[in-house]
Amino acid sequence: MSLLQTVKLNKSFGGLHVTDDVNLTIETGEIHCLIGPNGAGKSTLFRLLLGEYAPSSGNILYQGEEITRLKPFQRVQRGISVKFQVPGIFKGLTVRQNLEIALQSRLKSKELQEEAQRLRAFLQLDGSAEERAGNLSHGQQQWLEIGMAMSLKPRLLLLDEPTAGMSPEETHMTGEMIMELNKSGISVLAVEHDMDFVRQVAHRVTVLHFGKIFAQGTIDEIMASEEVAQIYLGEPAYA
Amino acid sequence: MTRRLVQCFSRINGPQTLGRGLGFWIPFAFVLLLAFAFPMFSDDYTTGNVAYFFTWLFMAAGLCLMWGYGGTLSFGQTAFFGIGGYTYGVLTINFGADNGMTLYALAASIIFGAIMAGLLGYFLFYGRINGVFLGIVTLAVSILLERFMAQTAGPQWHIGEARLNGFNGMNGMPALTIPWPGGDIVLLAGLGFYYVVLCLLLFVYFGIRILVNSRFGNVLVAIRENPLRAEMLGYDVRKFQLGAFVIGSALASLSGVLYTCWGQYITPSSMSLTSAALPIVWVAIGGRSDITASLVGALLTLIVFQTLTVNGAQYALIIMGVLLLVNVLTAPEGLVLQLFRVRLKIRRRN
Repeated sequence: MSLLQTVKLNKSFGGLHVTDDVNLTIETGEIHCLIGPNGAGKSTLFRLLLGEYAPSSGNILYQGEEITRLKPFQRVQRGISVKFQVPGIFKGLTVRQNLEIALQSRLKSKELQEEAQRLRAFLQLDGSAEERAGNLSHGQQQWLEIGMAMSLKPRLLLLDEPTAGMSPEETHMTGEMIMELNKSGISVLAVEHDMDFVRQVAHRVTVLHFGKIFAQGTIDEIMASEEVAQIYLGEPAYA
Repeated sequence: MTRRLVQCFSRINGPQTLGRGLGFWIPFAFVLLLAFAFPMFSDDYTTGNVAYFFTWLFMAAGLCLMWGYGGTLSFGQTAFFGIGGYTYGVLTINFGADNGMTLYALAASIIFGAIMAGLLGYFLFYGRINGVFLGIVTLAVSILLERFMAQTAGPQWHIGEARLNGFNGMNGMPALTIPWPGGDIVLLAGLGFYYVVLCLLLFVYFGIRILVNSRFGNVLVAIRENPLRAEMLGYDVRKFQLGAFVIGSALASLSGVLYTCWGQYITPSSMSLTSAALPIVWVAIGGRSDITASLVGALLTLIVFQTLTVNGAQYALIIMGVLLLVNVLTAPEGLVLQLFRVRLKIRRRN
């Protein structure tokens, strides 16, 4: 059984068909990247999976359970966690408070403090516990949000452009962070533009085009595909 | 059990409230002592007047909780103030003050206000009405209630023995009366009433400090900062917003009941457009995101407002408006909160 599965998922806004019969599967333990040119429908699909948008038709199954009509917080409670493209943190609160609010739903005082400290170390935010989250650098804010998403011990982590606005070094470090999370048993679905990042982390890649699944495969297969290169990169394939 | 109590009280000093060390609690104890000693060196009129100021602070505390901590700006505090006051009036006029009836009426009025808030809040929050629209709807409810009560002048408008009396309002309800062996204690707007209201205020103040530093308070603050992220941490945002709205509105009802007990009257104008705006001014001037700052700001603003009303008559509201503008432009987080923070910075620097 797949961890997450969409069955003939459709979403229209008026006459505009943005998600078109998408059958996507995310297997347990994989890092799956969703790529595609601008306007391909990646963000809409992401929001459908989150529950921010209700699909026009089709189903979403999580561990075999129908979750199509569930509210976003109910999906989170079942083990799906998310990191947004624009850092979705509590900017007016300290790093410590951000992590504690995320952790308090499953841990109590002493364990909570220990886990918060472990997370800060993992996120390289050890020295910034009392810093207002809004004062952190863009990259650190992105990591903090990944930490908050991890706090829920999810089975599936949804990442929307996790490296947006990051330097190449920060992007590489984020990739390592995500691979380490994956090793701890968290499956990942990432919407991403940065092909270096995709090459670094992805086990499988799905290419969306005009709301449809255009191609699927390993990163090497996708990079070797001439059709993908034409629609996504606008040039012939390269090795 | 003891551990839980200790844990509960330790939340008084949590991160969501300013003033955690001795530098805060020693002056706090001094002010408290002063407040308890105040009637000893003051006449009955002034004591009653200060008690009058205190009665409004519950409404400010409620607004601070829902707006300052939860990010939900409600103009409906005065609607629940009116509901509390009128319910107390109807109950006590019909059932009298014997056998502790006024205390039951006080509790029933708060519960009724909370139920009404629950109903309104359910449709608002579960209907995903937020931000400015929530403000508009709650303001409409206040004005609707004011308009409705203002047209209840005829003799047909009564509930049992209680005449609603239209724009003139309801009067003649008994003051709070505590049953006591050897004769009931009637808390008229003097010494006894002052101490009861002061104790209630302390109870509410510490209660809110504990609440906002609890898990519930943490989520509330998270919702204020970023509701989508709060939901994506698995919290049902609507439930928490509704909870804060009900508690805040119940506190407004308590204000309404105490005000009605104090003056033994309640009028529809207590729910008018001007009245609905004033709690927002009090809380904004103090600093909405902290309970201490909100209450200090509200008390000071009430004193200034009354002084202006007594001396400047019709210009009082205009000056209040100017004060709010100056406050928003120079210290958007609130004057009292700003002063707290400056003091904290100076202490850290030293």
